[in-house]
Amino acid sequence: MGDYSIQELTSILAMQGFAGLSLFSVLLLMALGLAIIFGQMGVINMAHGEFMAIGAYTTYMLSVMTETYFPEFLSYYFFFAIIASFIVAGVVGYFIEWLLIRHLYKRPLDTLLATWGLSLIMQQIFRSLFGAREVSPTLPDWLMGSYMPTDTIFIPINGMFVLGLTTLVTIGVFILMYRSSWGLNVRATTQNRVMSGAVGINTTRVDRMTFALGCGIAGVAGAAFTTIASTGPTSGSLYIVDTFMVVVFGGAASLFGTIASAFSIAQAQSILEFFISGSMAKVLTLLTLVIILMMRPEGLFSSKVRK
Amino acid sequence: MKHFSRRKFLGKTGALLGAMIAAGFISTSAMAEDYPTAEVNTTGLAVTDDTVKVGILHSLTGTMAISETGAQEAEKLAIKQINESGGILGRQIEIIQEDGASDWPTFAEKSRKLLVNDNVAAVFGCWTSASRKAALPVFEQQNGLLYYPTFYEGLEQSHNVIYTGQEATQQILAGLDWVAKEKGAKTYYLIGSDYIWPRTSMKIARKHIENVLGGKVVGEEYKPLGDTQFGSVINKIRLKKPDVIFAAVVGGSNVAWFKQLNAAGITGAKQTLVTISVTEDEVLGIGGENLVGFYSVMKYFQSLDNDNNKEFVKAFKEMHGDDSVIGDVTQAAYLGPWLWKAAVEKAGSFDVDKVVAASEEGDIELTTAPEGYVKLHPNHHLWSYTRVAEWQKDGQAKVIYQSPELIEPNPFPEGYQ
Repeated sequence: MGDYSIQELTSILAMQGFAGLSLFSVLLLMALGLAIIFGQMGVINMAHGEFMAIGAYTTYMLSVMTETYFPEFLSYYFFFAIIASFIVAGVVGYFIEWLLIRHLYKRPLDTLLATWGLSLIMQQIFRSLFGAREVSPTLPDWLMGSYMPTDTIFIPINGMFVLGLTTLVTIGVFILMYRSSWGLNVRATTQNRVMSGAVGINTTRVDRMTFALGCGIAGVAGAAFTTIASTGPTSGSLYIVDTFMVVVFGGAASLFGTIASAFSIAQAQSILEFFISGSMAKVLTLLTLVIILMMRPEGLFSSKVRK
Repeated sequence: MKHFSRRKFLGKTGALLGAMIAAGFISTSAMAEDYPTAEVNTTGLAVTDDTVKVGILHSLTGTMAISETGAQEAEKLAIKQINESGGILGRQIEIIQEDGASDWPTFAEKSRKLLVNDNVAAVFGCWTSASRKAALPVFEQQNGLLYYPTFYEGLEQSHNVIYTGQEATQQILAGLDWVAKEKGAKTYYLIGSDYIWPRTSMKIARKHIENVLGGKVVGEEYKPLGDTQFGSVINKIRLKKPDVIFAAVVGGSNVAWFKQLNAAGITGAKQTLVTISVTEDEVLGIGGENLVGFYSVMKYFQSLDNDNNKEFVKAFKEMHGDDSVIGDVTQAAYLGPWLWKAAVEKAGSFDVDKVVAASEEGDIELTTAPEGYVKLHPNHHLWSYTRVAEWQKDGQAKVIYQSPELIEPNPFPEGYQ
């Protein structure tokens, strides 16, 4: 690396640091919803990626509508799209919980099969509604391009946007889970369902709202990812493996664990990828994960839960 | 909307067919009489006095439906046009469509069904190399005939397959020659998805860059299929400062790759990037604004300015809707039925061996191909032009270079393996 100036190397270092942070925020955002559903409720939701796709398609539809009817709002529609994605995915989640999931709480492994089937059904619905080809929502101009603090440092604006959004959502989830009475109900239900019911918590309602919240957050993630990746019927399946990896590695019932896990996986992946090839970096990251999980089967942070 | 137009089309063709059969009955039967069924079909194919059955085998569901939709639409258009102009040897073509469902064993199973149960005279289908490799043993064992539309890695030549897309050297070499000459490129960064087609293509590209162009490959990188994070790779590329990025990233990764390149400030204005995996179909997902100024090397672009193509684009949009786009593979798929028609008429028979023998004589040609004149080489591939085009914001590409001559297909390139 002799023929690089100090300035160049520092810039690359800064950008590489941001690449790691950016990957961290992506992993965390997609895992948050699942951490709530899987961690708090024990439902293995294989259709998580498809709820993200609902968010992405909601954004797409809003972008088409804005372009057709209110072209002057094209710069702001994205904020509404995120909120709309949250609502649409949440409502669909609420309905699915009522239709499917609530019958399976006593059979956690069956939720795996049922939600996998659900994911296939949803993919085909996307395909029938929007066509098999990928679509591309029109992004507002301010989301494109990069921020340049110096001549040689380029920080992608969409990456910063996702980072900011992830921070907001994470803070929101924390306040909801640990500072609100509803969160208290959720945690009580997780720890001891029967006792919670006995002290007057409507556990059925708590379950439904928790599932809807997890799906809604998946929708937000889907909306945010239209800025960095693809929107198609099977886009959701691109994320599902990474999402489960983050949640399981972090320790299923711990939100702190999810954050720590997303951070360490992202840093390992992006640093390795810089020095060796993409495929090998993935292999090494996964191998390390497997070894750590063999030593700590409960994940990084395990919280004591009464079974 | 799609459904509506398809229904409309069905109604329309139904009426057309009716009118045609009524009006053209005499000439059709006269034609068919010249070729009695017993003579044109000695191998038990599904050929009657006035119909011949063919199969279409693409993924209508699953991941690959994104790519394969266009191909099957084009094949249907070609078959409809052939039928309207009197069919083949006086026989109307009937389509039996099967869904490969993006699953390679399903392709083999459906091929067997088409060849053994339906006795189709030819099959137009497959998209990925994996699906072709899965179906190939069935075609060879049952002596079927497959028209395969995708540009692919080469290194294959089967008695039972006609390849209507470009093999790797046709697509890559002329593109690299162009960029070396026009842009004075010396250093190259190769990046692709991690499977056989990009790896074989990059191997050919590297040999050509190092041995023929005297350039240097400063990086070679493969990302797992479906990976959507390119931050680190982009930094690596920035560090290496290549004159040219040569890319073969596919599927969902492709969209992420270009969106993130653009966001990182690597745009067409600052960096020469040549890709062999972006057609008009992919642009729908990537968005034209993320591709402006980058180059694709293909044999066909929807914007090609010739009369054949204008008619083709018009007919395609009439049949499949105004907002449909046509990519390289879609056009190659469109050639399949026409090449088959030419070979069958030359052989005067539907028998696979006779059709293949006629195809191998090297004089089957199409003057009406949208990509311009094409000719079938005895090695089952097509002579074709290679074109370089620059992407525009509206998702169309402007052709800026065309190889001076038709490029000979060379599926087993010596010195490149």
